[in-house]
Amino acid sequence: MAFASVRALLAAAEEKPLWRAVLEDDCRDCGRTPEESFEKMRVLWRAMERSAAEYEPARRSPSGLSGGQGAKMAAAENTLCGGFMRQVMATALMVGEQNACMGRIVAAPTAGASGVMPACLLPLRDREGLGEDLMIQCLYTAAGFGQVIAERASISGAEGGCQAEIGSASAMAAAALVHARGGTAPQMAAACAMALQNVMGLVCDPVAGLVEEPCVKRNVMGAVNALACADMALAGIASPIPCDQVIDAVAAVGWTMPAALRETGEGGLAGTPAGRDIAGR
Amino acid sequence: MNIFDIMGPVMVGPSSSHTAGAVRIGRIARRLLGSQPARADILLHGSFAATGPGHGTDRAIVAGLLGMAPDDPDIPNSLWLAEGVGMAVSIRTGEIRNAHPNTAVLTVTNTEDRTLTVSASSLGGGRVRVNAIDGMEAAFSGEYPTLIIRNEDRPGILSEVTRALGASGANIATVQLYRDRRGGLAVTVIECDEPLDQRLLGELSRLDGVVRCTYLDREED
Repeated sequence: MAFASVRALLAAAEEKPLWRAVLEDDCRDCGRTPEESFEKMRVLWRAMERSAAEYEPARRSPSGLSGGQGAKMAAAENTLCGGFMRQVMATALMVGEQNACMGRIVAAPTAGASGVMPACLLPLRDREGLGEDLMIQCLYTAAGFGQVIAERASISGAEGGCQAEIGSASAMAAAALVHARGGTAPQMAAACAMALQNVMGLVCDPVAGLVEEPCVKRNVMGAVNALACADMALAGIASPIPCDQVIDAVAAVGWTMPAALRETGEGGLAGTPAGRDIAGR
Repeated sequence: MNIFDIMGPVMVGPSSSHTAGAVRIGRIARRLLGSQPARADILLHGSFAATGPGHGTDRAIVAGLLGMAPDDPDIPNSLWLAEGVGMAVSIRTGEIRNAHPNTAVLTVTNTEDRTLTVSASSLGGGRVRVNAIDGMEAAFSGEYPTLIIRNEDRPGILSEVTRALGASGANIATVQLYRDRRGGLAVTVIECDEPLDQRLLGELSRLDGVVRCTYLDREED
């Protein structure tokens, strides 16, 4: 039985690490041994590594809207954000473009948001020499929070807008980053809550209905937001609104969103003159 | 939702519903047919029709019909690969009343002239649901070992089927029963927790009143 609330997730994490509580719950539910589950997650982690490593700068999407941006970002000099953040942004673009170009990615939680998790974890792993098992634990942590979001709100842009896709990915990554840094479970919940607060109400407005513009760039925003929220939580900054209530608010905002702003390719950027022009071609 | 529905699947982009889910729909049709289709007519409805080409939905369904998994890097080349194995493909768009926005209807025929029509929808995150087989209602995901039994609508058949399952040690997760009319033809869909063996499947298909028994093993990816 999946966790129905972050509160229940935190309660399960009082006796053991949060990632372990998520793993054991999965094993009970699916009849897998802990070792089988961990190896299944390892396959996903390695596929995530490949999704960034297999990036081809010359590849373009069928529409011609995506491709080559990740390479441009990686090559940029003297960036405002510094070298580490440049790598985060470049990785988000690369995996987002891989996805748009029909390359292989890991949906986390969706294909459109697949750049956020690797953009947060791979540059950190490289900078600090973190081990693979820790990265896999991070994926369990992310999945645990993602499960609650999917249960109480949504992880589908067609249902809840971009806040449900990039927002969920960002919140999941924020919690995972707190684990990577050895933070506490309540800090993970705070990071998750703050990441969702920052994207509350974000609409899903893909130009021409394609998972390209602005989706690829919103992966960058999701990753940068996750890092900032993890750092805030680790610095002891809390969210006065509990994580479950933030998730419920995301759900409520999603329900009130008009259909034109939920992955129909009609409103927002898709509805601009330039957006319609691109759709016409 | 299982944590591996949240994290994963490993898939070829760009959309879990329009690409990965579409591959799974093609794969289910192939597995229900039991062999490589010689021809496939694909009807795309709703968002599948509207944004399908940009998301590679057409190529994804054909890739599934060729037996590819959602993470196969050859998915973008599937139309060309279908020509190579001699599978004739026709794709059209149309409106299906009251259907989920991401719905496809696949009519597949094998070299022995067996034809099967499958209606299925992509629900998001790569998860799919079969809605109907040969025009008869059925609702299953393909995530569990699934039995699709076509039987005469008369007393006692369901109990014979469940007795055989119970005797073999199989645990039933869900059961659904549909029929076209009283005393007509019925479809029984049974999802189980563990894979079923060939001997049991043979026993089920020989039961009196069972017209056909199709088995869909669990999809692992």
